[in-house]
Amino acid sequence: MMRKLMLFCLIAGLTVSLIGTAASEEKTMKAAFVYISAVGDHGWSYAHDLARKYMEDSLGVETAYTENVFGPDIERVIRGYAQKGYDIIFTTSFEYMDPTIEVAADFPNIVFEHCSGFKTAENAGNYFGRIYQARYLSGLVAGKMTKSNIIGYVAAHPIPEVIRGINSFTKGVRETNPEAVVKVVWTGSWYDPAKEKEAALSLISADADVIAQHQDSPAAQEAAQDNNIYSIGYNTDMSHFAPDAHLTAPIWNWKTYYERIVDEVKSGTWTAESYWGGLGDGLVDISDFGPMVPQDVIDMVMDRRQEIIDGTFSVWPDTSDEELLSMNYFIEGVEGKIPE
Amino acid sequence: MQVLLETREIKSNAIKFLAPIVIILLALTAAACPLLWMRVNPLAAYTSIISGSCGDIYGISETLVKAVPLMLCGLAVAFPLTANRWNLGAEGQFIMGAFGASAVALSMPQLPGMILLPLMLIGGFAAGAFWGWIPGILNVRFNISEIIVSLMMNYIAVNWVSYLVYGPMRDRHAYSNFPFSPKFVQHAWLPRIIQGTRLHLGIVFAVLAAIILYVIIQKTRFGYEIRMVGANPRSARYGGIDTAKLVVLTMAAAGGIAALAGVGEVAALHHQLRRDIAVGYGYTAIPVAMLGKGHPLGILVSSLVFAALLVGGSNMQQDFGVPVALVSIIQALIVLFVVAGETLQKYRIRIVRGS
Repeated sequence: MMRKLMLFCLIAGLTVSLIGTAASEEKTMKAAFVYISAVGDHGWSYAHDLARKYMEDSLGVETAYTENVFGPDIERVIRGYAQKGYDIIFTTSFEYMDPTIEVAADFPNIVFEHCSGFKTAENAGNYFGRIYQARYLSGLVAGKMTKSNIIGYVAAHPIPEVIRGINSFTKGVRETNPEAVVKVVWTGSWYDPAKEKEAALSLISADADVIAQHQDSPAAQEAAQDNNIYSIGYNTDMSHFAPDAHLTAPIWNWKTYYERIVDEVKSGTWTAESYWGGLGDGLVDISDFGPMVPQDVIDMVMDRRQEIIDGTFSVWPDTSDEELLSMNYFIEGVEGKIPE
Repeated sequence: MQVLLETREIKSNAIKFLAPIVIILLALTAAACPLLWMRVNPLAAYTSIISGSCGDIYGISETLVKAVPLMLCGLAVAFPLTANRWNLGAEGQFIMGAFGASAVALSMPQLPGMILLPLMLIGGFAAGAFWGWIPGILNVRFNISEIIVSLMMNYIAVNWVSYLVYGPMRDRHAYSNFPFSPKFVQHAWLPRIIQGTRLHLGIVFAVLAAIILYVIIQKTRFGYEIRMVGANPRSARYGGIDTAKLVVLTMAAAGGIAALAGVGEVAALHHQLRRDIAVGYGYTAIPVAMLGKGHPLGILVSSLVFAALLVGGSNMQQDFGVPVALVSIIQALIVLFVVAGETLQKYRIRIVRGS
């Protein structure tokens, strides 16, 4: 019985793969995505997946994705897509950098795009966004809205990306409210809703009345909503998780970039580069404002947003990109410790 | 109406060997429900699982890569079971093994590979054995549940390694401050067996460990005494067996075995210490040990089954774009059926009507 079943499965498998090869004669572009968390996280992976769906629906690209990939599985999943003949493979977490470069070396005809790292290869580019610009804008709002002058910040890992975000946010906060401080709690995880909520609650009990986050789930938003205080989301508009709390959120919009990569690969003009797009490129932005944010605050923030887009204002005028990318200190106004 | 569980009197060998197969087939049948609900053809999904896990050399190699830590951790759960002790700390022991090997590799990179690699194995084994020894000694000295202690020590191990990779062992250069240790020198990498795959020498250690444990348990006086302690502690004591010593030794050995899995992961796959080496092998090891009936050679098979499910499940995710939760559901169903099947083999259900 077992034998027959296995035989059947084998035959079925062969048939499927034969049909597969026959169908791919007329070439549609295939793009694969590797995600660190589930796309249902309503955060980081969800934002990438919105762009993936856009590719599938509007650009006619055949796409596939794998969620929750970490540790020993990273290389296997990336290599798996490469072997299945995907034309572009997007790997969307910092941890994926080395495996991406390694697999890329074995598949010179496939384009690899790694998000948030710094290594490139002939056929592997990297890309990221200046989300710190949007964080700064959200900090302006938080500074205006806090009454206790204590703002809580639930943060993932003490690495430059996150630290840069905290500092930029704090710059915004201090600009509109020099008295306010930003208290940081680390969770040590990109995605751990229970821990994120706990961290938010601990900040709330330390009198924070606005909670910001660098996490991939809306758990901290819910904690703010439950405690009748304000919150700043991240990744995507999280307002439906905390309609009374959500002031605004720094958000990602990967569509434009992914569309460009698809076009370039299609036309054969793609080359590996390090891309760090900002507000002006439409890669990052802030979401709509909650009804509790006064119009004058909105106007002020939108003016500043325009200045950044026009290039007349810089969040870090005296800091080079290199320094920003390796930032490992807190500016004045941040209360917390970077683990040594 | 009453539902009673009655001990089965007849246990045939045929049932014993066929049961795991039947259990898995039943579980796969049950798992067809969520698949159908997701509008995925279950047969196509299972084909994808099979072709992804053993359809070609690469799939097979990846299944074996996955099986190594499951095998070793499964043995680490099963071995103390012989003495009727529960080791739920394989995860922590695995992590300590990775720590031990990394500490050796990073502190003595000048040593040649021939010396460095064995030292890493010993360092990892020692760290894991120490982690297993603690719940063992607390159990025999103070009669504290080794179940709770070994489980809780997992969290200590996780936080210990977190502390290290964020602090003293963090690579401050190549990784722009990401919480990873520096890469090991090349001669501290555990050799890979097949070129172009990740299959490494760890598989040999895992199989050897299973065979050695089998021989110890079945063929030696030491093993006989362990079985005595497990089957009937009182008569073991009357027979002059030093129960305390045996339990401590067994737990420590189990810790060391789980640690070898951690050594293999850092030395062969990651070449550095990082937090995401721990993906729950130590917990998956518990159903692995159950499905393998606690028998070392059974665990060789059950770890392969689980590894194939994990690797094949990931392939199914790629082929059909189903959420990762579905893969977890299928695995959970199998665990559920294993536990239920275990009980139903020992007991029969009798429904008594009226009172």
